[in-house]
Order: sequence, then C-alpha cells, then structure tokens
Amino acid sequence: MSETDAKDLAAYAEAADAWFKENVVRDPGFMLPLTFMEVGTDQQFHFLRDWQHKVWEAGYLGAAWPTQYGGRGLAQAFQNEATKAMRRHGGPIMLNAIGINWTGPLLLDIGSEAHKQKYLKGIVSADDIWCQGFSEPEHGSDLGAAQTRAVRDGDSYVVNGSKIWTTLGRYAKYMILLCRTDPGAARKYDGLSFILAPMTVEGVRTVPIRKLTGEHGFTQTFFTDARVPAEGLMGKEGEGWKVAMRTLEYERGARGGQAGGYVAVQSDAWDILKLARRMDRAGAPALEDPAVRDRMVEFMIEIQSMALCRQRIAVPALTTDHPLGLPLSSKLMATEFNRRVNDFAVSLTGARGAYYVGDENAVDDGIWTRAYLNAFSGTIGGGTSQIQHNIIGENVLGLPK
Amino acid sequence: MNAPVRELGRIGFSEEQGSLLEVATEFCRAKSPVAKVRALIEDDLGHDPALWTEIAELGWLGVAIPEDFGGAGLSLAEVVPIMEQMGRRLLGGPFASTTLAAQAILSGGTEAQKQAWLPKLATGTVGTLALVEAEGDWALDTIRCTAVQAGAGRLKLSGNKYLVCDAAAASVVIASVLHEGAPALVLIETANLPESALRRETVIDETRRAFALDLNGIEVPADALLDPARARTTLAHIHLAANLLAAAEMCGGTQAVIDYTIDYARTRKQFGQLIGAYQGVKHPLVDAYVGYEQARSHLYAAAHCFGEQGTGEIATRMAKATADGAYAFASDRAIQFHGGFGFTYDCDAQLYRRRAIWHASQYGDAGYHKKKLAELLL
Repeated sequence: MSETDAKDLAAYAEAADAWFKENVVRDPGFMLPLTFMEVGTDQQFHFLRDWQHKVWEAGYLGAAWPTQYGGRGLAQAFQNEATKAMRRHGGPIMLNAIGINWTGPLLLDIGSEAHKQKYLKGIVSADDIWCQGFSEPEHGSDLGAAQTRAVRDGDSYVVNGSKIWTTLGRYAKYMILLCRTDPGAARKYDGLSFILAPMTVEGVRTVPIRKLTGEHGFTQTFFTDARVPAEGLMGKEGEGWKVAMRTLEYERGARGGQAGGYVAVQSDAWDILKLARRMDRAGAPALEDPAVRDRMVEFMIEIQSMALCRQRIAVPALTTDHPLGLPLSSKLMATEFNRRVNDFAVSLTGARGAYYVGDENAVDDGIWTRAYLNAFSGTIGGGTSQIQHNIIGENVLGLPK
Repeated sequence: MNAPVRELGRIGFSEEQGSLLEVATEFCRAKSPVAKVRALIEDDLGHDPALWTEIAELGWLGVAIPEDFGGAGLSLAEVVPIMEQMGRRLLGGPFASTTLAAQAILSGGTEAQKQAWLPKLATGTVGTLALVEAEGDWALDTIRCTAVQAGAGRLKLSGNKYLVCDAAAASVVIASVLHEGAPALVLIETANLPESALRRETVIDETRRAFALDLNGIEVPADALLDPARARTTLAHIHLAANLLAAAEMCGGTQAVIDYTIDYARTRKQFGQLIGAYQGVKHPLVDAYVGYEQARSHLYAAAHCFGEQGTGEIATRMAKATADGAYAFASDRAIQFHGGFGFTYDCDAQLYRRRAIWHASQYGDAGYHKKKLAELLL
C-alpha cells in the first residue's frame, strides 16, 4: 500500500469510527435481533432495514464493491475498517444477509452484466431484500435432492413446489431458488438449476413458521404455477448444483466478496465473563466457583482459537497441508461454540435460568435462554453440524463417502 | 479478580519461520522414517549421533542464541517450526533439552557462563535441565535439593532429581536447587559426575531417554551458580519456553497421528465398507482434525507473541493446553480406530499416545495451564 493510500485508509477509519459513534442506536426501545434469522416483527424489520440503508449511504457498507453497482470502489481494507468500527460501537446487524453475503459476491463473480445492474445496488442499500430457497420440507441438509419443479415455458419458468426455512421470506423481493429443471437427469445433481426469482409474482405464497423460541422468523414458501422470468437463470440450466455449492462457500466464509458488516452478533466469552461476575453462588460471585472458572477459561481459549484460525487463513505457509481446512471448519466451530456458550450462560443464572423472555425477573430479559434456543439455527441451518463433519471429513481429509 | 481483558495474542509468521518450516518439514520427513524411530527405541543412546551432527551443522541449535555467542540471533519463534516437524516425525534426540539449557544460561547465566557454554550448545554440545523432584510438582520453584557452601569456592549439592532428559548424552546439566534458602540454578559438568549418579528411568515415551540424577555428595565450584538474582525469572522463562517447545512437538505429533489414522480409515474395510465412511469413525476424526487446527493456531500465536510481557504467558499456556487436548484426543482415537491392530505394539498409534502422555506430564497439562490462565484472565 502506498503512503497516500495508507493515509486515506487511516482517515477513512477515523471517519467511520466517528460516524458509528454518532449514529449507533443500541436500544431502540424493543429487543433487537441478534442475527438476521431472528427478525420476527415488522418493527424489528423496519428498524434494521433503515439502519443498513443508512450505513450504506454513509459509505460503510459495500465500500469495496464497484461504484457502478452501488459500492464505493475502494480496497477491501477500507470496508474492513468500517466493519471494525461498526463492531467497536456495537452497531446492530446488517439485515439483508443473503443479499450482501451470498448473492452479491456470487453476482460479482459470475453474474451477467444485466444481473449486476439490476440487483446489486438494491442488495447493498437494503431496498431489495433477498431470501434463499434451498431447503425443502423433505430435504433439509440433502440439498441435491430438491424437488421443487421449474418447467421452461417461453421466457419464463413455471415453478411448483415448496421451500422451507425461508429467512426473511415474508419481506423478500427476490429469492435465490434451487429447483429441478430435469427430473430425468442420470445424476440428481445434474437436474438442478439456480434461478434469481422474484417473490412478488402470482403463485408465490409465504406462511410463517413459529420457531422453538415461540417467535416468528422463517416462512415456508409455496409455489403454485408461479411464472418467474428465465433471465434470472444463473449459469446454465442444469448447473444449479455447482452454483449453489459456490453460494454455500460464500455463506461458510470460504470465498470473499461480501459487502461487509456482520449479520449476527454473538455473545462472546467476555459477555459471559461479565455475567459470571454478576451472578451469585452461595453468597459469592459465580466466577469464584472453581468449576465455573475452569469452564470459563475453556470458552476463552475456544473463542481465541477461532480468532486465531481466522488470522491463520491469511498465512498460506501455515495452511499448506489442507488449504480449505480452516475455512470449511469455521462454521462448525462458531455455531457449536455459540450453542454451548449460551447453554453455559443459562446455567450461570441459577434458579433464574427458569425464566424466559417477558418475565420481569429474567436475567438480561431472558436473552441467554433465547440465544441458546436460537443457536440451533446455526448448528442446523446451512448444513447441520453433522453434515459439516461429513464435508470436512470428505473434502478436507479425503475420507470415503 | 477483576483484571481488565488482556491481550491474548495474535498470529504472526516471519520469513525465517517460513524457510525453517520448509526445510525442517523435508529434513525430518527424510531423516526420521518410523522404522528408524522404532530401531532407536531399542538403542541405548536413543538417538542417531550422525543425525545430531547434521542438525548441529544446519545451525538449528543456535537459532535462538545471539550472534555474539555463535548463534543465529533469532528467537524461540523460529525454533517452533523445527520442533513441530521433529514432533511430527517422532524424531528423537536432545534438541529440546539442549535448546532449553541454552535458554536457561541465556536468561540466568553469568557472562562467563554464557561465554563458556552458549557457543558450544549452539554447535552440538548437549545440555539439559534437572528440575523435577520426587513429588513431580509442576511448580518449578518447589525445590528440596540444596547447594551449600563447602569450603573455599566450593558448593556441595544434595537431593535427587528425576526425569532429566538426555542426561547420558549431555555435557552439562543445569539443576534447580535451594541456595541460602532461595531457588537457584547450578551448572554441573557431567564429566565430574560419578557413573552411579545417573540411573536410566523407564518412561512412557520410549523414544525418549530420561534419567534420575543423584546430587548427593556432588561438589561444584562456586562459580557454577547461575546469577542468583535472576533465578526466579529464569525458572519462569524455562517453564514457558519448555511449554512452547512441547506445544510445537505436540502439534506436529497430532497432525501425524491424524494422517496415520486417515490412511487406515481410507484403506481398511469392514462389513464391505471402508471404515472411514462410517460416521462413527469419520466424525470423531474431524473433531480431532479441528482440534489440531485450533492447537496449531494457538502454537503460532504463542511463538509470535512469546517475548511479549503478559501476552506471551497467556498465549503459551493456551497453546500447551490446546495441544494437550488435541494430541490426547487424536492419539487416543487413533488406537481405537485401528481396532485389533491398534491394540498391538506394531501399530504406530501407541507411539503417539505415549508421547502425548509424556508431554502432558511435563511442565503442566491442560488442567494445570487452565488454572493458571484463570488466575491471569478472570
């Protein structure tokens, strides 16, 4: 980096820091979702959509995307500084996760010029919310078996079937849809296509799903003779599996190009540490209990493990044996950690662990129990932890299928 | 108790670490095939003197010794990749012992001791440490052995040391003693030891040579004492340096035992299927692998931050704790997943499991370091 660039970067970082300090609203008077998968009310949705729009307008989201597609055309280092500032000031999450993290980078990498022109700006500005149509009621982790049918008819595909676990389904304008265009293909994977599908056409219906937390956040999406434009096809017909797998690499952090920011704030070991200082056991802080101390240190080591593994990805000489090992393991590490650490937090709250969101005596408004229950969205969604084990075992370690 | 959140360390990787890692990877692979490891188990000395000469000629013993004393003037961060690759190939010999003896002299020796010993240790003279006593206490300042004045310019030693690595090959042993009621370190030239002072011990890791050292009646010149004012600092430094090197050896071993087990899981068939296809085998192997990657990340963070006050200690303890967890799990499962063969002496899984037990037993296991970390962090 030249000296001018370094100066520009420092100035940008400083401006970002000041902006987030000035503009972050931590408590809007209602509970903010910790992840994009937990948006359950219109109030939450509108707040977060406005927030992402504001961050984008200020130049702190999509800073490294090209200017003609709604970005600022800066080096990735600039966006990284903005994201750091966002985190430093505890900014709420970016809402349009499937757009900014998965669809956006996918379009930038392999989308047509027309796709880029049409979709990217709306993604980063949060004007157009995106959802993902991969999983089906009968096929959770086995995406390759998707049965939602799309039949070419002139300039359209006629879609019939159903997708499940559609995060932001009732707010989304577009869906990345994995569907079956050739049921007769010899390999099930070769019969799939990947379509950028509007959710606003006739024949698309979303039905909210009530989560284990009691809240709403996902929908099931039903397609009944829904006509979606064929121009939304990504790759060629029959290449849907390849495109979907590439999309999952963005999701799992194995490929870059994301617009920046973060789409989930996870309680970390430091938050749990503060909790352990506040909670009492036998008249003393829970943190003085040797059993608690031991587990607390384990969580701290683990959170540091994840931070260091992320740093090590940038050192190719230290990843030569299994270059994909760390990126492909990160989802498993992070989601399983999150589940366990929240479970531990609930145990720290003693008898009050029995309360739930809404009771005046619940510790921290019940966020720990709720976060624990919500943590399963991480260990199940995007390929369960068990599927992650298979992926790492087969694709990294070369174990037989 | 309410200490502020501390800096826990970060990854950094120097050019020198990179080239040493590359060279050591190939060298150790070529020079230490498992057949040779097994042959050396049966050998009394336990290592190959010709290979030791080669290692000395590569300059690896002087990596962390200043140029003024005949070394390369780098740091323990650059020793880590060497140690890691030695651990990976179960390469036996007094490399860690000699490196640690040099660290002890460098940290706590007098100028004359540094001048006399560091250039030798940098070029192949073997040194070692005698720190462990009968109780096996990991706290290095729990010492019963003594050094007392015995006439003009002489010190008389008493007590017994155990688990003194490579003592038979060493020219110099640095032992911890109480001197005038305080911890001290004393340099003993093995040429002056009666033959009866050393007894070879039977240890779990058969690739290693360890000895009980009887100090009773041994006299050394008074100037054999390391700088008394620096004894505690030096013991603390040795403790961390030993754990850093152990973590490196353990990471290398963890990688190797996982690879060894994967090879078996990809070729061994049961009930008409390669056993690696069974999720009961596959998933724990992935857990072992993820544990290894985490431990290795901690290792290179500890290597990079080792010299930083506070952070170095945190990062090193985390590295040893994670390496212990990872090596123990990977080598334990390696035995299990080899089935009946795993129960035999011929299966290499036991070599790694025994090494993991050895390393856990020396300078503190995961539980010990977690307790220390709790004191530092909570």
